[in-house]
Amino acid sequence: MLRFDQIEKIYPNGTHALTHLSLELDAGEIVAVIGGSGCGKSTLLRLAAGLDRPSSGTVSVEDTVITTPHEAVGIVFQEPRLLPWLDVAGNIGFGLTHLPRAERHERVVRALERIGLAGYESAWPRELSGGQAQRVSIARALVARPKVLLLDEPFSALDAFTRADLQHALLALWEASRPTLALVTHDVEEAILLADRVVVMQPSPGRVFKEIRIDLPRPRHRLDDAFIAIERRVLHALDGSLGLARQRASTQANVAVGGW
Amino acid sequence: MARAELTADLVGRPAPAARRARAGGGLAAILTSPLVLGLALPVLLALVWEAAAALGLTSRRLMPPPSTIFATLFKLAANGDLWEHIWITTWRVAVGFVIGTIAGTLVGAAAGYSGLTRRLVDPTLQGLRAVPSIAWVPLFILWLGIFEESKVALIAVGVFFPVYLGVMGEILSVDRKIVEVGRVFRLSGPALVRRILLPAILPAYILALRAGLGLGWMFVVAAEFMGASQGLGYLLVDGQQLGKPDQIIASILVFAVLGKLTDALLVAATRPFLRWKDGYAPAG
Ligand SMILES: Nc1ncnc2c1ncn2[C@@H]1O[C@H](COP(=O)(O)OP(=O)(O)O)[C@@H](O)[C@H]1O
Ligand SMILES: [Mg+2]
Repeated sequence: MLRFDQIEKIYPNGTHALTHLSLELDAGEIVAVIGGSGCGKSTLLRLAAGLDRPSSGTVSVEDTVITTPHEAVGIVFQEPRLLPWLDVAGNIGFGLTHLPRAERHERVVRALERIGLAGYESAWPRELSGGQAQRVSIARALVARPKVLLLDEPFSALDAFTRADLQHALLALWEASRPTLALVTHDVEEAILLADRVVVMQPSPGRVFKEIRIDLPRPRHRLDDAFIAIERRVLHALDGSLGLARQRASTQANVAVGGW
Repeated sequence: MARAELTADLVGRPAPAARRARAGGGLAAILTSPLVLGLALPVLLALVWEAAAALGLTSRRLMPPPSTIFATLFKLAANGDLWEHIWITTWRVAVGFVIGTIAGTLVGAAAGYSGLTRRLVDPTLQGLRAVPSIAWVPLFILWLGIFEESKVALIAVGVFFPVYLGVMGEILSVDRKIVEVGRVFRLSGPALVRRILLPAILPAYILALRAGLGLGWMFVVAAEFMGASQGLGYLLVDGQQLGKPDQIIASILVFAVLGKLTDALLVAATRPFLRWKDGYAPAG
């Protein structure tokens, strides 16, 4: 469904953000991308959203090469990025202006019910809590019925309780239309809770370090042994991606050899 | 209560508590209301002036007392002249304002949106902006004649610059993250300007319009100095040539009232568009 093929991305200032990156997401699959900060996760999503172009290689959705924003691809950013001059209904329906008014209204109302904000049509963005605003932002992306939804650390600015709420809300929304999800997160638990596959990235320049399949049935519980076992594997991979395993080994070696 | 009054003073508007107290009808509350406070100084000045004139301390001929000025004002109003002058001046400002606003908005939006357009037109416009308004007068008269066109053109020029600068500058400072939302929904060109950029700059745009309107009232005087036979500017010139200081001061008063009134109208007309803004309080 979403395919990255031999991506290189070098920013105009010379930063080599991604190299040799190939990755394919199946239709309806949820893939979590994790990795240290600066390893190119946001860059990856921006390429898929058509907000930026790879230096070489291609990003494609169902054989359409993405070079500019595409209707089949939606994106949710870390900040809700609601338009402050539109009410909640206006924000959710922002991408639906090509539809007849009645149909747009109907979709917006249904979306509000789905995200648990029925009756908030005419609220202003400034009147929403952070969690509510991010729900609206997710709804805005989903009402356009994208085949691929990209989420760039969508819950990282929220407190733990709100985050857990939104993780479940996201799963419920996904169930309704089963788009392909690419979820960038730095929260290992979140990745395992939601994803079918976790892609661990490695920095400088960014590339795929390891992929870990998660075959746990849903709903998942973070205290289950199987959950914890996978969590350890992912954390281990994450350490490896950051060179921490190597560092730790060499620190120990130093201590052993040093003895000053 | 004391705190509410303090807040009211700080923001120049009655705080809710103060408003309630006034509804109760305390004399102190009435005496400290913004309207009464605002009028206190001019009324006091007028009284002193009137007394000085009555005592023969000032020249009645060069500095007519308020009573004479108001008498002149009433006379002009009664025979209908005043309304005609007000109407023609307001009409000139209105037409010039509309033209200047449309041009300033379009050119400002184009320059803000497209770097190429900006590099092409901005240096020239910045140069033209530095030209003192009166310098245009002879040229506009040559090109457009001494009738309405040249006057409206001059006012439009005055309105154009603050609007142009406001629109361009604000578009350049619109949050890139908000613009990206527009791009994600595949907006570009005019649609991006209309649905993202213009709403985002609206609060600043309205300030620019108010500045433009203020300059419009300034430029109408310059315009009417150049051979008008009607209008408040003409009243000023006429008053000077015929030695009627009461008429000059009366016209100045009318200018003050009209300027304030049209600004308040603009603020009121645009207020519905700013409901979304947190704590928006127009300095009206
Ligand atoms: N617009 C840009 N111009 C130049 N360098 C950039 C730009 N965006 C990101 N980078 C650089 O590219 C690298 C990857 O950034 P990013 O994709 O944001 O990483 P992540 O989201 O994983 O933290 C970083 O070194 C960052 O500084
Ligand atoms: Mg990032």
